[in-house]
Amino acid sequence: MNEVVVAIGIGVLAGSGVWLLLRPRTFQVAVGLSLLSYAVNVFIFVVGRLRVGAAPIVTAGGAADPAAYADPLPQALVLTAIVISFATTALLLVVLIAARGVTGTDHVDGGEPDR
Amino acid sequence: MPGQTALLLLLLLPFVGSIAAMLLRAHARTAAASLSGATSLAALFTTFSFYGDVKAGRVVHFAVPWLPAGGVDFALRMDGYAWMFCVMVTGIGFLVSLYARYYMSPQDPVPRFYAFLLAFMGSMLGVVLAGNLVVLVCFWELTSIASFLLIGYWHHNPAARDGARMALIVTASGGLCLLAGVVVLGHIVGSYDLDRVLAARDLIVSHDLYIPALILVLLGALTKSAQFPFHFWLPHAMTAPTPVSAYLHSAAMVKLGVFLLGRLWPVMAGTDAWIWIVGSAGLVTFVLGAYMAMFQQDLKGLLAYSTISHLGLITLLFGLNSALAFVAAVFHILNHATFKASLFMAVGIVDHETGTRDMRRLSGLYRFMPITATLATVAAAAMAGVPLLNGFLSKEMFFAEALEVEGPLPWLDRALPYIVTVAAMFSVTYSLRFIHGVFFGPAPTGLPRGPHEPPRWMRLPVDVLVLACVIVGIFPTQTIGPLLGAAVGSALGAAAPSYSLAVWHGFTVPLLMSATALAGGTVLFLVLRPRLARGQEGAPLLPSIDSRRVFDAVLVALSWRWARAVSRWIGTERLQPQLRWLVMAAIAAPLWPIYHVGFALRPPVAAAVDWPIAIAWLVGAGCAVAAAWQAKYHRLAALMFAGGAGLVACLTFVWFSAPDLALTQLMVEIVTTVLMLLGLRWLPKRLPRRWSWAAVRGAMPRRLRDLAIAAAAGTGLATVSYAAMTRPMSETMSRFFVERAYPDGGGTNVVNVILVDFRGFDTLGEITVLAVVAVAVYSLLRRFRPARESIEPPSPQRTQSGRAAADDALVPGFLMRGMFAAIAVFAFFLLFRGHNLPGGGFAAGIAMAIAFILQYMAGGTRWVEDRISLRPVRLMGIGLAIAAATGAGSWLFAHPFLTSHVAEWQLPLVGHVEFPSAFFFDIGVFLLVVGATALFLIALAHQSLRAHRADAEPADPADRRDDADVQPLAGDARL
Repeated sequence: MNEVVVAIGIGVLAGSGVWLLLRPRTFQVAVGLSLLSYAVNVFIFVVGRLRVGAAPIVTAGGAADPAAYADPLPQALVLTAIVISFATTALLLVVLIAARGVTGTDHVDGGEPDR
Repeated sequence: MPGQTALLLLLLLPFVGSIAAMLLRAHARTAAASLSGATSLAALFTTFSFYGDVKAGRVVHFAVPWLPAGGVDFALRMDGYAWMFCVMVTGIGFLVSLYARYYMSPQDPVPRFYAFLLAFMGSMLGVVLAGNLVVLVCFWELTSIASFLLIGYWHHNPAARDGARMALIVTASGGLCLLAGVVVLGHIVGSYDLDRVLAARDLIVSHDLYIPALILVLLGALTKSAQFPFHFWLPHAMTAPTPVSAYLHSAAMVKLGVFLLGRLWPVMAGTDAWIWIVGSAGLVTFVLGAYMAMFQQDLKGLLAYSTISHLGLITLLFGLNSALAFVAAVFHILNHATFKASLFMAVGIVDHETGTRDMRRLSGLYRFMPITATLATVAAAAMAGVPLLNGFLSKEMFFAEALEVEGPLPWLDRALPYIVTVAAMFSVTYSLRFIHGVFFGPAPTGLPRGPHEPPRWMRLPVDVLVLACVIVGIFPTQTIGPLLGAAVGSALGAAAPSYSLAVWHGFTVPLLMSATALAGGTVLFLVLRPRLARGQEGAPLLPSIDSRRVFDAVLVALSWRWARAVSRWIGTERLQPQLRWLVMAAIAAPLWPIYHVGFALRPPVAAAVDWPIAIAWLVGAGCAVAAAWQAKYHRLAALMFAGGAGLVACLTFVWFSAPDLALTQLMVEIVTTVLMLLGLRWLPKRLPRRWSWAAVRGAMPRRLRDLAIAAAAGTGLATVSYAAMTRPMSETMSRFFVERAYPDGGGTNVVNVILVDFRGFDTLGEITVLAVVAVAVYSLLRRFRPARESIEPPSPQRTQSGRAAADDALVPGFLMRGMFAAIAVFAFFLLFRGHNLPGGGFAAGIAMAIAFILQYMAGGTRWVEDRISLRPVRLMGIGLAIAAATGAGSWLFAHPFLTSHVAEWQLPLVGHVEFPSAFFFDIGVFLLVVGATALFLIALAHQSLRAHRADAEPADPADRRDDADVQPLAGDARL
């Protein structure tokens, strides 16, 4: 049942992230992007299946048995993804505070809507 | 083989010279000219060294694999045809280098001119020497770029910029067509190799794709050689400095089109389509160019149209489909290059010494510069086809071929001799007009400068070229014969015809045509003189279509009007609709494979549930929803909730066997939170919630729609991840990584071995991205202007005095300062064990950055920067350099980039030590991550200092200060 738990968790994270992504305030978008990247990172990670107590740390000497360890490939992918999403969050944050300084508003379009 | 090396040398020489010229001082005129002259002379002698091979009919090859998967080798190939062009390009290049030394003004940045000129020469050599069609196209486009730079050399002149842009757009678009044509040709033949293409005539001509390939290739050739209807760029390119025109528009650039026609003539010509397109383009251009040339007032304009006309003549010869016409075309390429280059140079001299090129103002210059006048007269006579000069010979051959032609239309075959005689008459007329108008008649009045003979060395190139015209014209067999023979023999092979280069063939019809043209041209000149003397612009009897205006209109329509229309129809400047479409597309994308393959959910792998993780996710999901709820009203709370969700992700990594991920996620979580906290200060205050029915009702449809999209996205991702998790594992390449991690990578932490060894190149790319982002953040913040109401210090700092704030932070500050060493040790611990146990450069780097940022929090910016000088940009640079150098180090041992090696030592006391070279790579990653993270945080933290100052003094000086790096700034700000 762990799969069900994690899947629902990913879904809620992604849903909240997408909701915020579609909001009009820059801070909402920034938080949304970071929630969405959590969801996607966990998603990519779990594509390697859920294994408990099988960290891919092999014993020295000789070829290791792949069946005994969790899949290292998605982990390597996610590790880089974590760092890159950190960088993009930082960039987005700076862009949004710079945009606020220039436009005087925190609306994503750089101006309050007419309505 | 030495020949192969020499081939590469020949190609590289001009490019090396070009780079060297760029390094010269801006006004080193003589040095640059000497460099350029020496380089082209060296290239000329290198070309001569191939004479033996070429004469014996051997083809010299050089090839290294370039894109082996695409069948593209970097192949060079020297045969007689290429050799002839090499002699022309390097020889005239040398003369132009010499000439330009005196033509260019000392005020111009002359080394730049020579750098472009040499780069152009190299590109030209690349095209003519290319042994692979793709290589040919690459150099072809390089010539367009170099010509753009040369034509626009005087970039302060708008006409020069426009002319350069027009030439680039026309010839580079043609080049793109050529690329497409070459791809089609390669598809037909199955190879881009020129030798194989040249051997596949039957295959090409009979293939279904022959016509598309032909049209595309011809678009490239005809645009480059300024053939009708693409001729219009050449007259506008006359805004280039005259040495450029003498080189590009007589001997080099415009000859590429006809070079290509000749190169592919053996395999693509001979069909009706070829005759129709090439022949008619050549004929129309020949006649039209000559006609327009008669009515030009600008000397260079006259020469430009005359060039167009002569290129038309050459194209027409290639279109006549006979081997003898091919010989005549190649011969005329050489002849035209010599007399036209010398004429351009003569015009340059006139322009240089009198200050104008307008024929309405010039006259009677013979008395001031008799030698130049004589030289120009001889060259113009060669252009007009006067006997005993080289132009006469190739024109005779042309006339002979025009009589022999057997094309698809009998009436045109019969009319052709008359048409070409009339066009030849035009060329006699404009040559006469050129000479008579400039050098004869009454003395000029009101010239900007007093005319006189040019410096001796400036005239020398003209002397040489005119001498060549005369010698070739009198002794063709002995002088040009071998050159021509080698070129024709190598291009046509066994099909090469026998021909006679004699000056006198007896009383023949071609001679009659020549005589008619000379006499008729003279009469026409006398008839037109009164009209020309009135100084009207433009040719009569032609519809006044300004090709430039058409070109501009097309450009405006394409790049402005249509582009705007399209962006109006399908674009929006608002972010929300864009993101909505993006998200909906992402939701829809998986539906396609699901529709095709089907979708079935399996039961979970095990029925049991791990309660700790279930509870964690209950909290995590709650946090996520709460963050979504609060992000508008309470940013700090939203930030905490989002952090909570991140921690649950981190716990998931721990629980399900991914310690490296958990570690990195935890570190990133801390830094991201600090970063966001720093950013919060610059966002506007949220107004208190105003609650009204109208507002809620108005926003309701939007919110419901977005909620539906969010729900769909969440449900979709949940379903897909459940389905992925419950499928049985299939064989993947992970097996390789796990099995080979220790034996090949020398580490037991498979994830780290993948990152720094197996997929090290990806990681190198990734840290480069990180560095780029950090620099982008830094530069964005350097121009940062806070909103007015955010400039004041935040309320806690305003209500407390500085003393009180320091007192408040005394205990935490003390603790945090003490943490520095502990965290630093922890970071190094992570770094050193990374290859074998959870850790590694990323986690360690961020941990180290946290150690620094804690000091900023504890002591304030100024306190820290008085004590340590942290230079993040430098750290990043060193890190990137170490990572790249580790990769490049394997080249020393003749291994591919980033091959890793594990050293094993028996050390006393310590025992067996294994040391993988990938560790250095990880150190590079570590340094870069420390630098980038610190740069993000420090750059953002510094904004508070700058904002205070911006308040006190004008904004601009504050901006210029911290240029090179984050430097210590005055003031004290708590983070």
